[in-house]
Amino acid sequence: MTYYILRRILYAIPIAFGVSVVCFSLVYIAPGDPLQTVMPPDATAETIAIVKHAYGFDKPLPVQFVIWLGHVLTGDFGMSIATRRPVFLEVTDALANTALLALFAAPIAFFTGYAMGVIAGCFPGRWLDRLVTGVAVMGVSLPNYWLGIVLVIVFAVQLMLLPATGMGPNGSTGFHIYEWSSAKFLVLPVITLAMIPIGILARTTRAAVAEVRSQDFVQTLRAKGLSEWAVTRHVLKNSLPQVMAVMGLQFGYLIGGSILVETVFTWPGSGFLLSKAIINRDVPVLQGTILTLSLVFVATNLVVDLLQSLVDPRIRRG
Amino acid sequence: MKETWLRGAMFLAGIAFLVGGGTARASGTLTVGMTAGDLPITTGNPDQGFEGYRFVGYNLYDSLVLWDLSQGDKASDIKPGLATEWHVDEGNTKRWIFTLRQGVKWHDGCDFTADDVVWNMSHTTNDKAPEFDPSQFAQARAYLGTYAGVEKIDDRTVAFDTKVPDSLFPYEISYVLMISPCRAKEVKYDWTEYAKQPSGTGPYRFDKAVPHQRMEFVPNKEYWDKARVPKQDRLVLVPMPEASTRTAALQSGQVDWIEAPSPDAIDRLKSAGMQIVTKIYPHNWSYQLNFVTGPFTDKRVRQAANYALNREDMKDMLNGLMLEGYSTVPPSLPYYGHPVLYQYNPDKAKALLKEAGCVPCKVNFAISTSGSGQMQPLPMNELVKSNMEAVGFEVTLNTMDWNALLQLTREGVDKHPDTSSINVSRGSQDPFNALIRHVWTGAWAPKGANWGHYSNPAVDQLVDDILAEFDTTKRFVLLTKLNELMNEEAVMIFVAHDLNPRALSPKVHGFVQAQSWFQDLTPVTVAP
Repeated sequence: MTYYILRRILYAIPIAFGVSVVCFSLVYIAPGDPLQTVMPPDATAETIAIVKHAYGFDKPLPVQFVIWLGHVLTGDFGMSIATRRPVFLEVTDALANTALLALFAAPIAFFTGYAMGVIAGCFPGRWLDRLVTGVAVMGVSLPNYWLGIVLVIVFAVQLMLLPATGMGPNGSTGFHIYEWSSAKFLVLPVITLAMIPIGILARTTRAAVAEVRSQDFVQTLRAKGLSEWAVTRHVLKNSLPQVMAVMGLQFGYLIGGSILVETVFTWPGSGFLLSKAIINRDVPVLQGTILTLSLVFVATNLVVDLLQSLVDPRIRRG
Repeated sequence: MKETWLRGAMFLAGIAFLVGGGTARASGTLTVGMTAGDLPITTGNPDQGFEGYRFVGYNLYDSLVLWDLSQGDKASDIKPGLATEWHVDEGNTKRWIFTLRQGVKWHDGCDFTADDVVWNMSHTTNDKAPEFDPSQFAQARAYLGTYAGVEKIDDRTVAFDTKVPDSLFPYEISYVLMISPCRAKEVKYDWTEYAKQPSGTGPYRFDKAVPHQRMEFVPNKEYWDKARVPKQDRLVLVPMPEASTRTAALQSGQVDWIEAPSPDAIDRLKSAGMQIVTKIYPHNWSYQLNFVTGPFTDKRVRQAANYALNREDMKDMLNGLMLEGYSTVPPSLPYYGHPVLYQYNPDKAKALLKEAGCVPCKVNFAISTSGSGQMQPLPMNELVKSNMEAVGFEVTLNTMDWNALLQLTREGVDKHPDTSSINVSRGSQDPFNALIRHVWTGAWAPKGANWGHYSNPAVDQLVDDILAEFDTTKRFVLLTKLNELMNEEAVMIFVAHDLNPRALSPKVHGFVQAQSWFQDLTPVTVAP
């Protein structure tokens, strides 16, 4: 097991390096100027040259990359061009805000999606299966920004029960999860965010459960005289690795932040940060955010792989 | 006993839900939903375009020359700010003398002095000085094209030198906001730190900010202009780039004021009792043309494109939220004059194209999906395309994001000879930005904003005369002549002027919308 863990961690290192090279280069492929936010539309060539020099963007790309990587290794992601805050702070703040959404959305989505999938998988072809599959397809197909806007119109504009947007009332300087005045800002974005993973998980779980149920060993279990409940337990256990892999990916997506949901609710998370950085070509923020999110993905996959190997010894041996 | 306790707790929880679930705020707090994607920077000249100036720049800071935003009947013009008076040096037309206001204090308590003005100019222009801030340099440089230097004459007088005689310098200096050297030195020129505790002389003081979420200002009770001490208790600025989010936030009572509601939300907002305020202001939604290669080098083709447009249709499409654009500046500006108007005339457009031998006339436009002042760029461009194609043009829309279009704009026609035109809306707040920068040979991109390299000796001579004319009335005559000449030459495809729409809660009182990109929030009150 230790050897397996070490091997997986070692695999993660070249992936992380590859990610850093790609994320550094990618932002330069797109047209646009990294100093757009600080430069007025009429900036002259001379002005641009002086400002580029001041920000270090006049150096050749490989040199910029080596400098950037050196700083990143010491935990210095640079400064945001637009906000002048340290990128590390920008990314960690945004990640914490998105994680807050994800921590509420993930259990709701995973529990609901898994339960729906199991029910559908256990009754393939029946009306219950059709109903659950229908709901799941709807969950995946509904554009979540649209759902977000509808929820806002109903609960914020019409009923005036919940706030339409933002992350905390005027005057507050932080988010206080135990106070309703703050916590109520979570409700609508969490529900909106949970919808897509619910649909995806329900469909994945249904397919996995149905597939395992069709395998020979299930028939053998029944032939041995096991109760349907005991058979279902075996089925669920065997379908779990596949479902967990999808849960891991979905958790990664949730942590990555939904640009659309966070924009609709003006939620200052990683998706919102990323979209602003793209629009502003805030290169240091873009690079820092993409790198951090990619590393979170790598780490999440690593954790899921390890968990899968705990659940399924065949993976360890493979 | 347990049951009673539970019932009590549930009752209290219900009350807390009802109280907390509402959107109660302290009375007298004005909460504004801005279109900006983020909070503007607070270190002086802000980012986020003129919206940054409107809500942060001119609230925290003053410039030597301010804009008069106290009325909405005529276009705003400049007025004394931190300088009480200015005049050109009698013996040297390349030198402006500014008399400074006395008794003004920075928010940090230091006195505003002539040395501070010199320090501020060094802060924004001298890359060798310890106080130099490259982002401020970039922001201010666009407005200081002719600036050569500044000198302290005495404690209440400074002199600005310009590279050429520049009668428009007071307009240009109005965009350069003064920040406190005291605070800058206190934070050891750490601009990140300065942004957290900015100090200006403006009508509002910075109170607090949550990055990316909201910024809160309180009135500066010691403001030097007693008529402009804010009447509300607190001003809260919230970035809300998504139009539907702003609309919902206003309807739910979370904000009291939103910028630029989308045209299709206007009726809904009106029926909900909101105040919709609009006013013509110096804004120009048009196409700048390629004068080096392609069909628009021919004046007849430029005129044909202008005659092809049915601007009334576009106004209908935007629910009335525009004024038909027939010139670089709207008719409300004092130097509009009597320009040739290219009213919708498709037959004339067809005839002109035929005469120019450009059938079908293939052109391509660089346009953006969104952007500052771009209004509704996609449907508007589609309508322009269909109007132009109806008379014999073949229009290709080259759609890109705002940043990419700005880069294409800065680089100029030399780097993009295949682009026939760019659709970048412009502010026309002052004469240089309204007219001169688009047609002056001295402003050819990438040096300036004359993207398509228009050049005309008559226009250049007129510009030289304007810059050398220090009598305001006589200068207006020359500016009017320039505007008329630009129309006669059809230097752009003129389309629309925005009406600066904003929606206000019925609780908001006292707002006078100025014909300007900037607005005065100080007289506004908010009923509980």
